[in-house]
Amino acid sequence: MSARTRRRLLARGALLSPLVLFLFFFFFVPLFNVMRSAIYDPVIARAFPVLSRSVEGWDRAGPPTPDMQEALIADLRGTTPEVLGDAVRRLNGMSSGFRSLMSKTTRALEAAPDPATRVDLLAVDARWGDPLRWQAIVDNLSPYTDRFLLAAFDLERDSTGAIAAMPPERAANFAYFTRTFVISALVTGLCILIGLPYAMLAASVRGRQRQLLLAAVLIPMWTSILVRASSWFILMQDQGLINGALIGSGLSEAAVPLLFTRTGVVLSMTHMLLPFMVLPVFNVLVAIPGNLMPAAAALGANPLRAFWHVLLPLAARGIVSGSLLVFMTSIGFYILPAILGGPAEQLISSLIAMYSTKAANWPMASALGLILFGITSMLYVVFGRIGTTPARRN
Amino acid sequence: MLRLWKLAFGLLAVLFLLVPMFAILPLAFNDSSILTYPMTGVSMRWFSELVEENIWRRAILNSLIIGLSTAVFASVLGTLAALGLRGSTGRLARFGNLIFLMPMVAPIVVLGVGMQLMFTRLGLNNTYLGVIIAHTVISVPFVVISVSAALAGIDPALERASANLGASPRATFVHVTLPLARPGILAGAIFALATSLDEVVLTLFLGGAGQRTLAREMFAQLRENLTPVIAAVSFVFIVGTVCLGAVNVFLRNSRRFRAEGPAE
Repeated sequence: MSARTRRRLLARGALLSPLVLFLFFFFFVPLFNVMRSAIYDPVIARAFPVLSRSVEGWDRAGPPTPDMQEALIADLRGTTPEVLGDAVRRLNGMSSGFRSLMSKTTRALEAAPDPATRVDLLAVDARWGDPLRWQAIVDNLSPYTDRFLLAAFDLERDSTGAIAAMPPERAANFAYFTRTFVISALVTGLCILIGLPYAMLAASVRGRQRQLLLAAVLIPMWTSILVRASSWFILMQDQGLINGALIGSGLSEAAVPLLFTRTGVVLSMTHMLLPFMVLPVFNVLVAIPGNLMPAAAALGANPLRAFWHVLLPLAARGIVSGSLLVFMTSIGFYILPAILGGPAEQLISSLIAMYSTKAANWPMASALGLILFGITSMLYVVFGRIGTTPARRN
Repeated sequence: MLRLWKLAFGLLAVLFLLVPMFAILPLAFNDSSILTYPMTGVSMRWFSELVEENIWRRAILNSLIIGLSTAVFASVLGTLAALGLRGSTGRLARFGNLIFLMPMVAPIVVLGVGMQLMFTRLGLNNTYLGVIIAHTVISVPFVVISVSAALAGIDPALERASANLGASPRATFVHVTLPLARPGILAGAIFALATSLDEVVLTLFLGGAGQRTLAREMFAQLRENLTPVIAAVSFVFIVGTVCLGAVNVFLRNSRRFRAEGPAE
């Protein structure tokens, strides 16, 4: 390696390293945190260090061993209120009644401050005799867990440790995945349905007309998503412009509900993502030699046949690229469904936001996030292989 | 017949694309306090509320602080990286594309969860710096793309000529390369500013009551109480977008002008 190439490499490294380091710390480390937090949950292990060393002799079905009772008492005495509070909140979320049981028990222990006094847990509260209570604690003592990833699919481990379906009254997560996929597939389909003819039209005209058609696609892309969401809100109200037009033209007797419905969310998402379909397809279409379709016609193909056998196969790359882009983006949507949708239109992102901002259940939010990120990355890799335009916004 | 169908489809599609942009704008000047049509009279009261009401004033200020800092951070980091990637081929170029463009693809809510987990530990939650860092992460790809495109458009002969005329590499960079790349850098900074101004999710996750931006406030108002101030903000946003777009087109034209000489 000559001194000159080495110098050039050093210069490259010096120029690249600030952004590489920045993204490493503030993009990859956060994503890594999500992965870790999805499978690593020390909340309960931290609160019960003594208990985790004394559960070995227990057969899971019978009453707790005296060792375990003493260990639990030692933990309740030794753990700080904050750490214990986190653990109790988590336990209470898994099986209700833990909060009252724990506060009753800690009160009883405070009444007997001398560690030498024996406290009988079963005398404090009979619920301590129930092996299921103990299982709830013992099963969560290991900080590494697949519980949250399983819960994302409404699965759990039963008392024998085998994977089983959650009871329907607690199974609430997987429905968000199916809904997200159904809505995203609908949006992708609509984008193809409108975007393909639109791109064909834009590719078939020249000059000012083409500029107008492309500008109509680009302007929305430049416009704030909140402005678009508010505008859709105005349009879709019961006394809004769409219903005004429908009633005014006699197409409908009464207002058609659009706001907070699936139709409204799909429509607004299609509007938002249509450019990502039109542009890749357009790019592919303008590269097709202009004499192919006339040639097909000259050889006797009717327009439909020529479209099906000549244009569509050539445009397929653009359509697949556009579809991947649209689908990949729409499964991560949060803002539009939050503003324009009802509870039945919230996608996986709002479930994640709910777990993290409202319920403060980070592991659950992380597990769902990890799965969403995994799906998106896979689609991105496929997209990169086919790749026409990597840029999403410009 | 086919022509007619084409015309009708084109018209409908353009309407579908454009009407939802502008449907809200007239309501900014409506004097009714309900955000809906028909308009009852013309008034500027929502604009004055936007600049006088404390929460909105605060939100505008926050948007500007966060947006402009993001634009500065992102354009510095992005420009350096684009210079480092310049002229690279093969593995390095692929690596750059993979790493630098990835923030555009990661689902924003997932990124929000990860940053929240990390920022809590670093004490960056509910701080300006935290929000600015988050916005920089998602807007830096636009700078890399736009500066890379500008650098790729520079004729290497110009830099060789500068070197032949005795300029040091440093002088060539400062007096030839940088001025030629400037429109791309500015365009990238504008993209970054626009991204930050429109960002809701990360602000929601990482910002506290003190960092409520205009976009964040608008999101909250849209979900809670629909005030016509939303229409006024939308109007400001659209006017801002048009201005930024115009600056961008102007920059692109001036670059062409400089590179090719005046058109006839």
